[in-house]
Formats: sequence, structure tokens, C-alpha cells
Amino acid sequence: MGLAKRVIPCLDVDAGRVVKGINFVDIVDAGDPVEAARRYGDAGADELTFLDITASVDNRNTIYEVVEQVASEVFIPLTVGGGIREVADIRKLLNAGADKVSINTAAVHNPALVREASEHVGSQCIVVAIDAKGVHVDGEKPRWEIFTHGGRKTTGLDAIEWAVKMTKLGAGELLVTSMDRDGTKSGFNLPLTRAIADAVDVPVIASGGVGTLDHLCEGVLQGGADAVLAASIFHFGEYTVAEAKQAMRAAGIEVRL
Amino acid sequence: MKTIAVVDYGMGNLRSVAKAVEHVAPRARTLISSSASEIAAADKVIFPGQGAARDCMAHLRDYDLLASVESAFHNKPFLGICMGLQVLFDSSDENDGIDCLAYVAGKVSRFERDSDLPECKIPHMGWNEVQQQQSGHALWNNISDGARFYFVHSYYVQPKDKSIVSGETDYLGQFCSAIAKDNVFATQFHPEKSAANGLQLLANFSQWQPN
Repeated sequence: MGLAKRVIPCLDVDAGRVVKGINFVDIVDAGDPVEAARRYGDAGADELTFLDITASVDNRNTIYEVVEQVASEVFIPLTVGGGIREVADIRKLLNAGADKVSINTAAVHNPALVREASEHVGSQCIVVAIDAKGVHVDGEKPRWEIFTHGGRKTTGLDAIEWAVKMTKLGAGELLVTSMDRDGTKSGFNLPLTRAIADAVDVPVIASGGVGTLDHLCEGVLQGGADAVLAASIFHFGEYTVAEAKQAMRAAGIEVRL
Repeated sequence: MKTIAVVDYGMGNLRSVAKAVEHVAPRARTLISSSASEIAAADKVIFPGQGAARDCMAHLRDYDLLASVESAFHNKPFLGICMGLQVLFDSSDENDGIDCLAYVAGKVSRFERDSDLPECKIPHMGWNEVQQQQSGHALWNNISDGARFYFVHSYYVQPKDKSIVSGETDYLGQFCSAIAKDNVFATQFHPEKSAANGLQLLANFSQWQPN
């Protein structure tokens, strides 16, 4: 027995409210981040990830209030991503009660931020989000490239090389999302997850494409992930976190029950 | 009313620790403090910390809290968490060697990856089991042996005196994940992030009356 593989529900937060629907039975307010977080915590979630998708500048500060409220009532690790540009943003989130922050676009534009941030707050707080998409050019070996802006902008960066570089700069964990799979419910991109997990020393979270509980198991067993992140299968009540863990245990994966 | 002081010396987020303690000990007065006099006046002290040992020791000096923290771990119920466990030792290998508080004989070393255990990444991050070595200790009350707690660390402690080891965890071999010595209890894991088990441990600390 030893370290458990983690199951991490991800919630999108817009202007302080959970969006994309949370379909718990008898939930009073599906948009209340505290209630959603508490439900997931009670169901056995190992961590929570909040993705701040607030577009309006006026509402940017709402995420700090959300983090503060959630961290006061739900006692499991909390990661917050979205809109992080500088170390000051990271400090504010950590001071509000986040345990880790997830950086994507800012790391691409300014890789030194990862080093600076990990030196200031410790690698264990810095998750770098790797949003990758397969690129197939005739006559070339297929590879994965880093994308930003929700998968709309390519960067030309090779995903595996980028992942290694991020850990050298101080990332304590990588959140690997396949932009090809995100929202498809067809399962993680296992070759991508595996290639990154094998290339780095830090834990890897698999994300993007979960539609069934088998997909979660595959992420660990074939993808080599240390944690699996999913949104819609939990939000819409298709499966509970407890069911996810039972399925993983049945597949021989060590989980916290 | 009992006062529980959470020592603030600029080493990370203390809100979670304080909130978790307030949650389990609503009748205690929980305060986050960087004041030597408040820490001296508190009935119990929680000493958290994250980041690097070098920064931790430097901040304790900069905040002028070395003496009050030392006085606390010699005199009153004291709970160290994560870096608050590590700096109780003689020294840490971090940053090419850092002298620490030397309350506990022994040193702090970095995990090293093992090609036979490729699944063991560094940092050790997530929920792992704690085997209780002093199962009668008050801080383990109502917590099952082997219960899981949340860890995130790259360094681990190696006490010379094995009798103070209160919890052990398997990661790249067995390591000491909790110590208990007189009025001091200290954990490598984060009780404030360990859901029900962690809250129980904090509740036990709030009620603890070491001899």
C-alpha cells in the first residue's frame, strides 16, 4: 500500500459563480462554489480545482472571495487556475487559501514566471497546465504542440520538451490536457499523457476527454498519471466521485476511500 | 478561553490552518500571530510552514520569533506541520545544508528517485497512509491506524532517536511522517488539508494536555 492516485473534480467559476451546471440531487444552489466544493469534499474528492473563466475585468477579484470562502469550510487541497499573470496574483490566491495555482498562458508568454514563482512560494504550489494538441504534417512524425487561449492559438512549442522545461524551471506538478479530447467524452489522450509522465520527475494530472469511469482508470494504468481530473461526468451527476474511486479500486488502482 | 496561536513568520498561507482549528475548536480563541508576546501568552502553539528551510530559518530570525518558538516547544502543547516539523531538527540538506532549531537530533534529507519505483515522483504529493507507531498517543485518538493524510514535500526527517517516531509512511521506503516528544507533536502531512482525519487530529491537539 502507498500513495493513492487522486481524483480531482474541476469547477469553472465565472464572476464568483460555478457555471456549466452542477447537477447534484437536492442541491440548494448549484452556482454556489462553497456548496459545490463541500459536496465534492464529502463525496471523497482528493482535491478541487477551480478554473476562473471570468472575462470581465470588473469581476476579477471575485475569485479571491470564492477561494477564501471555500478554504474556510472545505479542508482538502485547492488549486486555482485562470488569469494568473504575475507572482503578485499567485500570492493573492495563496493568501486567500489556495494551495496551488495553475499557470498556462502566462508560462508560455513568460517562462521565467514559473521560476520566479517557484522560488518565491515553492515548487509545490506551482502547477503548469500543458494544453496540447496533435499536429500532423505530411512527411513528419506526429507530435503534440502547446496551445493557448483554450486551444485556439498554437505556439509551435513541442509539448514534451515544454513539459520538461517547465519542471526544470520549478513546476511542482503538470496538468496535461489534450485539447483534441477536451469535451469529447472519448477518453484521455493516453500516448500524450504517458509520454509526459515518463519524461518528467514530478506528478502528472491527466485531463480532457473523460466520459466514463474506465477512462479514469486508463489515465492511470496506461497514461501513467498520478491524478485524474474531470468536470462534466461529475457535474451532471453521471457518476459520483465515490463511484469513480470504486471503479479505480476494482481496476487495481490504489485510491483513498 | 484557551488561546491557540498559529505562528506567522511569512512562510505561506496560514488561513487554512487557522480555519481548520476554528472549525474543530470553536470555543478556543485561534489567532494568527507574528507577535512574540502573543505567542508567549498563548496556551498552545501551532507552527506551520512551507517552502525552503533556508527561508524558514531566515524568516524566524527576521520576525524575531526564534526565542518565542523555542520557548513554546519546550513549554507548551506544540504542533509542527510540514516545514514546522523539519526545522525542529538539527539540520536540513536543503540549499547545501541549513542549520535548524535542533530540538530533535537528526537531519532532513531529500527524497531520491529510485529506478525500481518509477511511479514514485518527487515531490511526494497526495494522500498516503500513516502507520501509528505510538498508537496510544492522544493525537491519534479516533484516527484509525493506516489512515490517509495529505502530503506535499520533497524532504523527509530522520530522527536519531527512533522512540520519538509517532507515524511512519511508505514512499521510496519507510520514512518518519510524525514525531511525538513530550509536549511536541509534529507531522510531515497537512492535517488542515486532510479532510476528516486531519480535522480529528487538530481536534485532538486542541484538547491535548501533555503531562
